[in-house]
Amino acid sequence: MRILIRGGRVIDPASGRDGIGDVFLADGKIAEAKGSADRTIDAAGLVVAPGLVDLSARLREPGDEYKATLQSEMEAAVAGGVTSLACAPDTDPPLDEPGLVDMLRRRAKALARARVYPVGALTLKLEGKRLTEMAELAAAGCVAFSQANVPIADTQVLWRALQYAATFGYPVWLRAEDPWLAKDGVAHDGEVATRLGLSGIPVFAETIALATLLELVRATGTRLHVCRLSSAAGVELMRAAKKEKLPVSCDVGIHHVHLSDVDLGYFDSHCRIEPPFRSGRDREALSRALADGTIDCAVSDHTPVDEDRKQMPFDEAEPGATGLELLLPLTLKWGEERGLGLVESLARITCEPARVLGVPSGRIQAGAPADVIVFDPGAPFRVTAEGLRSQGKNSPFLGHELLGRVRTTLVAGNVVYEER
Amino acid sequence: MQRSPQLNEKGELQHLLSVEGLPREILVQILDTAESFVGVTERDIKKVPLLRGKSVFNLFFEPSTRTRTTFEIAAKRLSADVINLNIALSSQTKGESLLDTVANLSAMHADLFVVRHASAGAPFLIARGVKAHEHVINAGDGRHAHPTQGLLDLFTIRHYKKDFSRLTVAIVGDILHSRVARSLIHGLTTLGTPEVRVIGPQTLLPAGVESLGVRVFHDMREGMKGADVIVMLRLQNERMSGALLPSAQEFFMTYGLTAEKLALAHPEAIVMHPGPMNRGVEIDSSVADGSHSVILPQVTFGIAVRMAVMSIVAGN
Repeated sequence: MRILIRGGRVIDPASGRDGIGDVFLADGKIAEAKGSADRTIDAAGLVVAPGLVDLSARLREPGDEYKATLQSEMEAAVAGGVTSLACAPDTDPPLDEPGLVDMLRRRAKALARARVYPVGALTLKLEGKRLTEMAELAAAGCVAFSQANVPIADTQVLWRALQYAATFGYPVWLRAEDPWLAKDGVAHDGEVATRLGLSGIPVFAETIALATLLELVRATGTRLHVCRLSSAAGVELMRAAKKEKLPVSCDVGIHHVHLSDVDLGYFDSHCRIEPPFRSGRDREALSRALADGTIDCAVSDHTPVDEDRKQMPFDEAEPGATGLELLLPLTLKWGEERGLGLVESLARITCEPARVLGVPSGRIQAGAPADVIVFDPGAPFRVTAEGLRSQGKNSPFLGHELLGRVRTTLVAGNVVYEER
Repeated sequence: MQRSPQLNEKGELQHLLSVEGLPREILVQILDTAESFVGVTERDIKKVPLLRGKSVFNLFFEPSTRTRTTFEIAAKRLSADVINLNIALSSQTKGESLLDTVANLSAMHADLFVVRHASAGAPFLIARGVKAHEHVINAGDGRHAHPTQGLLDLFTIRHYKKDFSRLTVAIVGDILHSRVARSLIHGLTTLGTPEVRVIGPQTLLPAGVESLGVRVFHDMREGMKGADVIVMLRLQNERMSGALLPSAQEFFMTYGLTAEKLALAHPEAIVMHPGPMNRGVEIDSSVADGSHSVILPQVTFGIAVRMAVMSIVAGN
């Protein structure tokens, strides 16, 4: 299949290219020379950009199929323009043995939607006690190792896990959260939690864990990707670590650059998120750090939760928000607010996460995988439960008006989604 | 900010979920109405027909004797039918969801739900789920709010001190876990109390408590000086030893109310306690039973205040 995408505003954040032009796809790759096309997609008035790369999307398989299925979430991904995604190991059972990883990859491949990159468990059952067979998991297709939202309490185990991963050059992706300080906490420890009577997670639960992780990176040389920063103080630690040239990168949940603890309102359980939404000052610092590059990329942190588990008192509700279909519009909104152009904004969800993932996607250059989206950055829509393809309808943005609709998504040169 | 979910579109009280966000006029309306019910509770025939034919469901997801009983008495004195459900022992253990439980009771034609729940915000969730003619009264949700207790505390203060605009009120002890303290603080600031103090160790004060409009004291003697009203909070057994406090004895030594510490307050200070008391932990018996104590009148007023709240919400 040879496809010509004609007359769109082509944006390639990796090279800075931004201009009207054609993109030609052949044999699953972006091609240099034009030949005859089997199909032409008219992109006049639309943006042609690399497909989005999302470093955190939960597909809920295996184990939690009542919350979402691979099929529903893969449809949601491509409808949101996400063509590559990394999925966290906190499935049931966790991705801690090669058979599970292999099955997940086969199932994803059979669906032929987005590319799925499994992140393996760093410890067995994510219990933080025994290491997983990382080499075997890597052979099965794991691109990195992580604990999802379950921190390793025992620093001896954490140290050994990082050492072992470093031995083979495997990247480790971890959230920075001290399990003791975060114990029982459900909201940012501040004025809002005090008023609502919710138990708080202090900012230093993040900074203490982050300082520990960075010190272990100094000791072991492990390539560390810090997931879901939540605080201004955490940003400053990452800024210093990068200045020191430590092999580290980090991301932020896209909802964290838009919302803060005041958005909890009257116990809105859709704002029950891990890590918690912090103060307005923290939100502003995250937003600015994503703009100045201290934070490398934004992720959807897609976590479908079924509505019964959200229709509960705030502290009992299951954390998480659906996000695959909102990553693009929320990133555009963020870029608009910070006065960034599309090249800059899109970099945070295309070439930058692709670099962290170590894959050649996320760019429109000859020879790169033909993962491309065509979207209308000015098309308005209202976020509604019915409008979301994901089985998870849980979003703090329900009812919000956002801009940016994906018209066409291509993965490996095949059209995998077309609007209407 | 969205409209407070406890007010209807006319700004009247539809549910009582929290003292926070209640306008001064509604607070005064509740206190004035309660005043008129104090007479009823002292009569020979202690009943008025205001809620005749209405069904009040006491939904206690957390065990309570005192609060449940006072709500029951208040409802009966308004001539309502009262149904007590000890949910802690029934449907929750069978895995039924909170909203399903409420929907089932609603199908039995309830008019008023009195809810106590261990999770902050649970009554808000229920209030969003009930039908338009049904009302929800929060009887305590986690650490968040206990509005009828806050209101009866305000009623008691007004009864003895008349005017809030010159008062210094000191709230002592475990503020962190106290829904009573939060509700009282919001009520006091709304009614214009110039100085509200919270007194306790750092481990029992929530983050940014000053944002509620209070002054923080760690030294009890300092905080007692010139206080017109002293509210002692109950210290739960499980807090008495561990990482928050070393022992009940040390707490009594540092933050327990004794006659000697009370002497530092205003000579006509009143001493309050939401009960149940731990004598010798937060309060000395000589003070609890002494001439400054208004702890038992609080209980009596509590019935009038709950009658007032029920009659107002059910009438709107």
